[in-house]
Amino acid sequence: MTLQTTSPIFLGMPSFQKAAKDALRNTQQRRNLAHATSTIRAKRAAVVGEVDRWEELRVAGADAKDEVLHHLPHYLEQLEANLVANGATVHWARDADEANRIVLDLVRATGSDEVVKVKSMATQEIELNERLEEAGIHAWETDLAELIVQLGHDRPSHILVPAIHRNRAEIREIFRREMGGVGRPAPDDLTDEPARLAEAARAHLREKFLRARVAISGANFAIADTGTLVVVESEGNGRMCLTLPETLISVVGVEKVLPTFADLGTFLQLLPRSSTGERMNPYTSMWTGVREGDGPQDVHVVLLDNGRSHVLADDLGRQALRCIRCSACLNVCPVYERAGGHAYGSVYPGPIGAVLNPQLRGTGSDVDKSLPYASSLCGACFEACPVRIDIPSLLVHLRTQVVDEASGRSPEALSMKAAAWMFADHRRLEAAQRGATLGSRLLGDRTVRSLPGLGAWTQARDVPSPPPETFRQWWARTHGYDVEEAP
Amino acid sequence: MSAREEILGRLRAATTEVTTPVGHRGPAPVIGVPSPGAGETLELFAENVADYRASVTRCRPEEVGTVVAGLLDRAGARSVVVPDGLEASWVAAAREAGVELVPDSGADGALLTAAELDAVSAVVTAARVGIATTGTVVLDHEPDQGRRALTLVPDQHVCVVRADQVVHDVPDAVALLEPRRPLTWISGPSATSDIELDRVEGVHGPRTLDVVIVG
Repeated sequence: MTLQTTSPIFLGMPSFQKAAKDALRNTQQRRNLAHATSTIRAKRAAVVGEVDRWEELRVAGADAKDEVLHHLPHYLEQLEANLVANGATVHWARDADEANRIVLDLVRATGSDEVVKVKSMATQEIELNERLEEAGIHAWETDLAELIVQLGHDRPSHILVPAIHRNRAEIREIFRREMGGVGRPAPDDLTDEPARLAEAARAHLREKFLRARVAISGANFAIADTGTLVVVESEGNGRMCLTLPETLISVVGVEKVLPTFADLGTFLQLLPRSSTGERMNPYTSMWTGVREGDGPQDVHVVLLDNGRSHVLADDLGRQALRCIRCSACLNVCPVYERAGGHAYGSVYPGPIGAVLNPQLRGTGSDVDKSLPYASSLCGACFEACPVRIDIPSLLVHLRTQVVDEASGRSPEALSMKAAAWMFADHRRLEAAQRGATLGSRLLGDRTVRSLPGLGAWTQARDVPSPPPETFRQWWARTHGYDVEEAP
Repeated sequence: MSAREEILGRLRAATTEVTTPVGHRGPAPVIGVPSPGAGETLELFAENVADYRASVTRCRPEEVGTVVAGLLDRAGARSVVVPDGLEASWVAAAREAGVELVPDSGADGALLTAAELDAVSAVVTAARVGIATTGTVVLDHEPDQGRRALTLVPDQHVCVVRADQVVHDVPDAVALLEPRRPLTWISGPSATSDIELDRVEGVHGPRTLDVVIVG
């Protein structure tokens, strides 16, 4: 099966390990990340601790997603029928290009040269904003963090709080410098108080909301048995986009489906507590097609594959499609906390990104080949995941795939073959160990920082220098006979 | 082949090894905390609503008008939009106190535009259901709550919830709601955690949320 065309990785993205090394030198970003992730970890732990039946909820969440993933065509057809019955138009997109073309044609048909956007991972994945801008249509991000990223000509670095790498002083500078160029400027006396910054965003975006004729959203959930779409948010920018314009276009990954409306009883407990660490997020909007006299009268849903069917085909890997984009795995990950989100080279950073990106895009590029190694396999992500995605096992599974795909000629595959030959006979092992201890005398106590040809593995690990004497040599010296001849 | 057929074909091909039938897992399980009693549920609701910086006032049915007028006055509201089906007595005292009442439907039947709504200070609505464990009110936009824009654009939302509308946990609320109506779940005023993950109240939605519990 050939991989479908998916969105390009961030241009010229080096391997994770190389990018992470640069990110680690950014001490400001490391401070910002450590502060933010420790704050959210404590909030999440407190509100998850309030729920006695949390583990039952996790199992129910995983079961609901697995039910859908095992029978995705059935549930998608049911969703489509219910959407159409309630006045929505359904479109299908095989890949990013097709989805972008569909959206662009829909926007052009309205005659509008701008759209307001609710934060949506799917539209970031397909790089919709860039395609719209190329066609002369302004796409205004309205989530505060997305606004910070957009105005800062920056990349998102976290799923939930894309501007997590910025602190309040940096945000104030971005607002003062950039807001005036695209609309209402920031007030002259703007301080770096979060409340003042939020107020500046409110005033800047209000004029855009009031005049907008087209909105673009994603969806957190799409309910098969009713045709209901659900958007979970905090600021009210989502409600503005979903309510005020005449036309609403929602780009929804095919894996976002839930079987029944009743499943929301589970997922609306799992998602807010895992994501923002709140009992419930401030606003959740649900809409089923068109409601006469209330909200957009021209409603479109674009169902997006873009590599998801490829992920589904791997019966172990498909559990990554359970992901509800809560970002709990990022906040507990020791690697993410230090390296930050940009090193992952995708809109999906952190542990879930380390498994999802190579699955969606294949392991052809440097960064996708390296992502399965962007982990110490500590298992914290699995513990935190509200839908029980076993990320550590998936990482190991993907590592196998990366090595296998190197077709036996990679330095790692060759050295594994050599190791197998060596371990097969104790005389070969002893000869190799004599060689290593000889090397030790040359190296002394120096740590080996990297080994030529084994970049991905040794770039992130120091190799201890070999000991001056092996166990076998020590045994023979102190016991007077070889271990092989033991009585 | 159409995109639809091709995607469905790929998804079918990807799951050929699945042997379980559709609906294998059974109905969605209901996992929630049962109410320990109406009194405790109501207490918890009031506590959790207040925890997210919404104001909470409890009163008897005949006091709603006075309480609403007081809340509008406290926020300095000069005008209030009134959903077409709102209980008239709830805003009578406010009108007497000089607050301008703005009906959503004008004499010609036209609804307020977004810009007209933006010029109104506040909105008063009923609610469909309240959830104690999360401090949430859910609107289903019946005529006593009005269309979705009414509770979004003005800067103050006074939401009147009857005590018998408050359920204990999230699954209880989901079971009561009609999915084909637009639904808005509201937990505290508009907020963001986007700056250093510190919660700040007041972004695009109403910056003041006043919840009145009746009975």
